[in-house]
Amino acid sequence: MSTQITPAAGGRTPRAAAEQEEAEVRRGHEAERSDRTRAEARLGWYLAGPAFVVMLAVTAYPILQATYDSLFRFKLTAQDEREFIGLGNYSMILTDPVFWSSMLVTVFITVVTVLVELVLGFALALVMHRAVRQLRGLLRTAILVPYGIITVVSAFAWFYAFDISSGFVNSWFDWVPGIDENLNWFAETGPSLFVIMASEIWKTTPFISLLLLAGLAQVPSDLEEAAEVDGATWWQRLKRVVIPNMKAAIMVAVLFRALDAFRIFDNVFIMTGGANNTQVLSLLAYDQSISRLEIGLGSAISVLLFVCVIAICFAAIKLFKVDLAGARGES
Amino acid sequence: MRRRRAAAGALGLTAAVVLAGCGGQDGPPTLTWYTNPDAGGQAVIAQRCTEEADGAYRIEVSNLPREASEQRQQLARRLAAEDSSIDLMSLDPPFIPEFANAGFLAEIPADMAERVSEDVVAGALAGATWEDELVTVPFWANTQLLWYRESVVEEAGLDLDEPVTWDQLIEVVEEQDLVLGVQGTKAESMTVWINALVASAGGTIVENPEAPTDEITLGLDSEAGQEAARIMGEIGGGGLGGPGLPTADENANLSVFQGDRASFMVNWPFVWTATVDAVDAGTLDAEVLEDIGWAMYPQVVEGEESRPPYGGINIGVGAFSEHTDLALEAAECIATPENQAEYFATNGNPPASTAAYDDPQVQDAFPMADLIRESLEQAEPRPQTPFYNEVSTGLQETWYPASAVDPGSTPASSAEFITAVLRGERLL
Repeated sequence: MSTQITPAAGGRTPRAAAEQEEAEVRRGHEAERSDRTRAEARLGWYLAGPAFVVMLAVTAYPILQATYDSLFRFKLTAQDEREFIGLGNYSMILTDPVFWSSMLVTVFITVVTVLVELVLGFALALVMHRAVRQLRGLLRTAILVPYGIITVVSAFAWFYAFDISSGFVNSWFDWVPGIDENLNWFAETGPSLFVIMASEIWKTTPFISLLLLAGLAQVPSDLEEAAEVDGATWWQRLKRVVIPNMKAAIMVAVLFRALDAFRIFDNVFIMTGGANNTQVLSLLAYDQSISRLEIGLGSAISVLLFVCVIAICFAAIKLFKVDLAGARGES
Repeated sequence: MRRRRAAAGALGLTAAVVLAGCGGQDGPPTLTWYTNPDAGGQAVIAQRCTEEADGAYRIEVSNLPREASEQRQQLARRLAAEDSSIDLMSLDPPFIPEFANAGFLAEIPADMAERVSEDVVAGALAGATWEDELVTVPFWANTQLLWYRESVVEEAGLDLDEPVTWDQLIEVVEEQDLVLGVQGTKAESMTVWINALVASAGGTIVENPEAPTDEITLGLDSEAGQEAARIMGEIGGGGLGGPGLPTADENANLSVFQGDRASFMVNWPFVWTATVDAVDAGTLDAEVLEDIGWAMYPQVVEGEESRPPYGGINIGVGAFSEHTDLALEAAECIATPENQAEYFATNGNPPASTAAYDDPQVQDAFPMADLIRESLEQAEPRPQTPFYNEVSTGLQETWYPASAVDPGSTPASSAEFITAVLRGERLL
């Protein structure tokens, strides 16, 4: 703060004195800045602190509790017989074919839905981005409607639409080869997964397109104009200018959706309940903890699911170099 | 000065809130009865018992989820946390051993047990008992009948006054290219069907239901189990259940049974009220109703009495309730034969008490009431083990879809799988 020149400075050359003065001033500024930074940091804690504490209480605590519970043989209806078995639950789960087939189905659903959603979402984002101003609001609302519907409700809607006794899909689409009034969509793996994934895609494509729209808005329009002036075709501009400039947004969208899709539960629970090899990991955890009341086993599957989600995050951030700050326009 | 006044004000406010809170507790203690969803009949009974209690207690009804398995989950999780708000609960019989074994149910005094089990049909009494003690109050008892279309039976020249076998039904359905109504969906209703088939063939699914989890032995890999698998496989493999079989529950069966390709159906008596209501509402042709007949559940082995499914609801008293004595009193009031009879007539759920069947309003609403009582006497409960959920889900895992059931392999692999699950060696 102090910019006073010390009396000793009087005996020095004017230049040295000036330099010293400058240094003092700089130091003063530094002190001032670090004071301000500190105050900002404190304010940051005041603002984010409660949320952070709540996060710890509702996220970190259950995760730790589940990890602890997963080391026990523990059934809710026989609480006195709780027994420490170390990693026994994990070794049982990891050697069980049901776990691996659920894992396979989960990965399959994740990969297919995220890919399809990415393509569709990008197309929708382009439409929203380029739409005439008058139509923009209406268009965005229309595209976002599915995302606003509760997943359980949309799952029931899709289920009843395809259901053999109450559905209309079989009679509307009986001109499509393979579809007739006797097709039971939920009797075999392929058709069941098709409806589950179609419902998932319908429901969450708006989310991905919203993230991509934000990415599109970040692409500098002068770059595109320059490319246009240079004679680049629409496709070339998209491939060489737009997509490279929104890579961060795309990767964030893919990461968020992949994490979400990996935890798919509602659609499968409502439509098939895991029948016909449509069992997914979340449902498997539900079956053990909620239906069987085997808290230890269920917790172990939940922990494994959590590890998978962390692994996806890690892979995306490290291998594909997703820059989360970049998507916010900070880099 | 101002601060003191503020403090006094705050104190006054707190006192007012506390007093208001107490105000709610004035009057008789409130008993909460967790009920399965119905047509409102249990709420009416709660109201009536509240009036009869004359200020001793008040019963409030709280609805449980629609699916029996979800009712169990909610109650079990709450009771495991010693929830004192559960005074009374409507329990599906297969889950009673699990609840009793875990100490979730309040003990029923011997004199009361004697009173509430008087005149109760055999199946319902068995379902309310665990380790030779009555642990719940039988309220209503359900059983499945064989429902048929008179026109189909006439064309086939079948005599339904005599017991029929599954093989006879299969033959008729094959010949006339119709759809047989059975529950092939991967759910509890499928376990009900398997249990009835195995029991009717003279077997049992669990041989020692009261044994601890690692000592339970299954009776599936037997002649009875194979016979059950043969019937199920023939119906599934031959497409006799129609394309909807893999997702067919009781309601789906009913809608097929009201359609053009209807033949026979095994189902609960609610189908009768539902069909009568549909005709009254004008959504169904009255001819369909006239074409419907009923008979005893089909036999597996010709000449050997069938063992129809048993279901229903019993009233349990929560072990952690603050008013167990009052709740026991209330349970006795709920399950009187008069209440059971009215509940049957208005909600279509058959009484557990034989006396209730003689009630004129029952005979009026259900021309098949006597057959239902007879069927209940013959009915076989599902395995009464605390690990019922594992057994039932294990059966659904291994006997689904019906088209893949093979008498040579399904019973054996099913028994092996369920045993491994019970020993904690497999996921379910």
